[in-house]
Amino acid sequence: MADLDLATFFLALLAGAIRVGTPFIFVSLGECLTEKSGRINLGLEGILVSGAMAGYAVAYLSGSAWTGVLAAGGTGLLLGLLHGAICSLPRVNDIAVGIALMVLGTGLAFFLGKNFIQPQAPSLVAIGLGGWSDDERVRSALSINVLFFIGVALAFALHWGLRSTRWGLMLRLVGDHAESARALGYRPVLVRIAATAAGGFLAGIGGAYLSLYYPGSWNEGLSSGQGIMAVALVIFARWQPLRCLWAALLFGAAGAIGPALQSVGISAGYYLFAAAPYALTLAVMFITCRPNQTLSGAPGELSLTR
Amino acid sequence: MNSRTNLYRAGALLLPGLPTLLAALTTFVLFMLFLLLQGKPAWQACQLVVQGAFGSAFAWENTLQRAAPLMLTALCVALPARAGLIIIGGEGALVLGGLAAAVTPLWLPAMPVSVLLLCMALSAMVVGGFWIGLNGWMRQKRGLNETIGSLLLSYVAIAIFNQLVEGPLRDPASLNKPSTIALDDSVMIGPISDAFQVHWGLVVGVIACILAQVLVRNSVTGFSLQVVGGNVRTARMIGLPVDRLVILTCVLGGACAGLAGMFEVAAVQGSANAAIIAGYGASGILVAFAARQNPLAIIVCAILLGGIEASGSLLQRRLGLPNATTLILEGILFTSLLAWEALSPRIVAWRLRLNERALQTQGALQHG
Repeated sequence: MADLDLATFFLALLAGAIRVGTPFIFVSLGECLTEKSGRINLGLEGILVSGAMAGYAVAYLSGSAWTGVLAAGGTGLLLGLLHGAICSLPRVNDIAVGIALMVLGTGLAFFLGKNFIQPQAPSLVAIGLGGWSDDERVRSALSINVLFFIGVALAFALHWGLRSTRWGLMLRLVGDHAESARALGYRPVLVRIAATAAGGFLAGIGGAYLSLYYPGSWNEGLSSGQGIMAVALVIFARWQPLRCLWAALLFGAAGAIGPALQSVGISAGYYLFAAAPYALTLAVMFITCRPNQTLSGAPGELSLTR
Repeated sequence: MNSRTNLYRAGALLLPGLPTLLAALTTFVLFMLFLLLQGKPAWQACQLVVQGAFGSAFAWENTLQRAAPLMLTALCVALPARAGLIIIGGEGALVLGGLAAAVTPLWLPAMPVSVLLLCMALSAMVVGGFWIGLNGWMRQKRGLNETIGSLLLSYVAIAIFNQLVEGPLRDPASLNKPSTIALDDSVMIGPISDAFQVHWGLVVGVIACILAQVLVRNSVTGFSLQVVGGNVRTARMIGLPVDRLVILTCVLGGACAGLAGMFEVAAVQGSANAAIIAGYGASGILVAFAARQNPLAIIVCAILLGGIEASGSLLQRRLGLPNATTLILEGILFTSLLAWEALSPRIVAWRLRLNERALQTQGALQHG
């Protein structure tokens, strides 16, 4: 019996890692891109929520889930563009703007999404990978959304892109040392705006995953800080896209510990486990940080690490 | 003295208010535009916001009631900001401070109400101060970034709160809304007076802001803090106890946020429950930045934001607009306030020029 319980537990953990972790993949890759350019976007929470709303609304109105995903990305792109543009003005604090945009994005999503709480939009399809097992639980745990695979592919693509393409090099240069980028004839402000907009696009898609797949409907309590957590996740991942992928899965798994334990009958500390990803990040940062020394891998222009 | 001299002088004096004025104007236009695009009566909505925030005695009471915790959570951002720290985890300190205040009377023997209230306030301040102080300590001793650290600690605080309120500290009588054992009516903090139905948290908030102003402007500690915030190397060179100063401001800021939690518990909710996790922490960050980290300006900004939030129910009742309307207004307002801040370097230049003109015309008058 104990064997079965353990198997159930790990299966729930794995399923949770993928199911809960997928939006984290998109948001953290987006934030990673933004932070690589030397800017930070705390408004991703607002972008995530408005992306979720826009995605759900458009999917409902058009009848196509993928149109919804694109609309969510577009919404994120616009809000990211706004953040990037405002932060480019002199003497503007990007952390404060991020929080203001978080309020604005959430407000817009709640206001415009009021009519979409009831109707049922078409949801994204899941690919069943569990055909080789008769166990219902295994099959449901292994039915994975296409967006997960896109996210994984994206992480590898970004990893390669940042390391070996001209664009990636330029982005990293702008984030590390704007002066030398300028000396080489690049325009740091434009690069940063573009990176923030692209980051917003990805966060919007993460939002669409929330409303169109898991939990799978639009309501106002949809996101519980996933957007804002991405900032910590990117630090956890030391600004590397591939590590963002692993970290997102780890966060998903850590977030699923409470429910997974509950599924095998252990409910003590259920609420405390909700803090597992945050406590984990804190512990890792606490251990790896040194006074008077920036974190290895941190973009030099990032206000957070300077 | 002629009128032109005076005109230049007045211009130089009023210029710093220009960004705020432009931001208010931008907000008005954008908010109207948004409502018009939605096919809602925009002008009427704007009127209702003002009416719901400041239009009647009842509106004022509602506004000030909401402004009280905002002042205290804004101080949690503004005080550490003097030392150059951006703390965004005030919510955590508020929540745990509120919890501490809620359980203090349960664990203490019977004693006079005033002493009991003092103990509640103290425990809330100690817990809140410890929570944000931890951020300061981690930053100074380990180099852990305080913005992210405070954010993470805030989530940890909320999880601890939920675990305790759902578990060991839960009142068995609270069925579908878990909360701690309700406070006795005698320790509930009442309104300032029958004619003015706002709890004492407002008075404490205003006093805290004034004390903070005295601390940062008129004390040696405040000056030292400014040196630390300006340039740490200089501060260390002239022998300031940098670590102690930074941690101290964090503790003070956290104590303020903890106090806000105590008032939410002892003046509004009557027990610690999930309703105190209402986003006062995030709103406090906005207030602090809008006030440019100036404690006296925080009083004004907190009242303004409290007013916007208070007007939500009137908008809902009269026009059927969703609650989120006030969030949109807030978001637009703070985004434009921050964006227009970009003018400030130019304003310094314009002011200098105006003052120069004033002196020139005055000089011309004397010599001519």
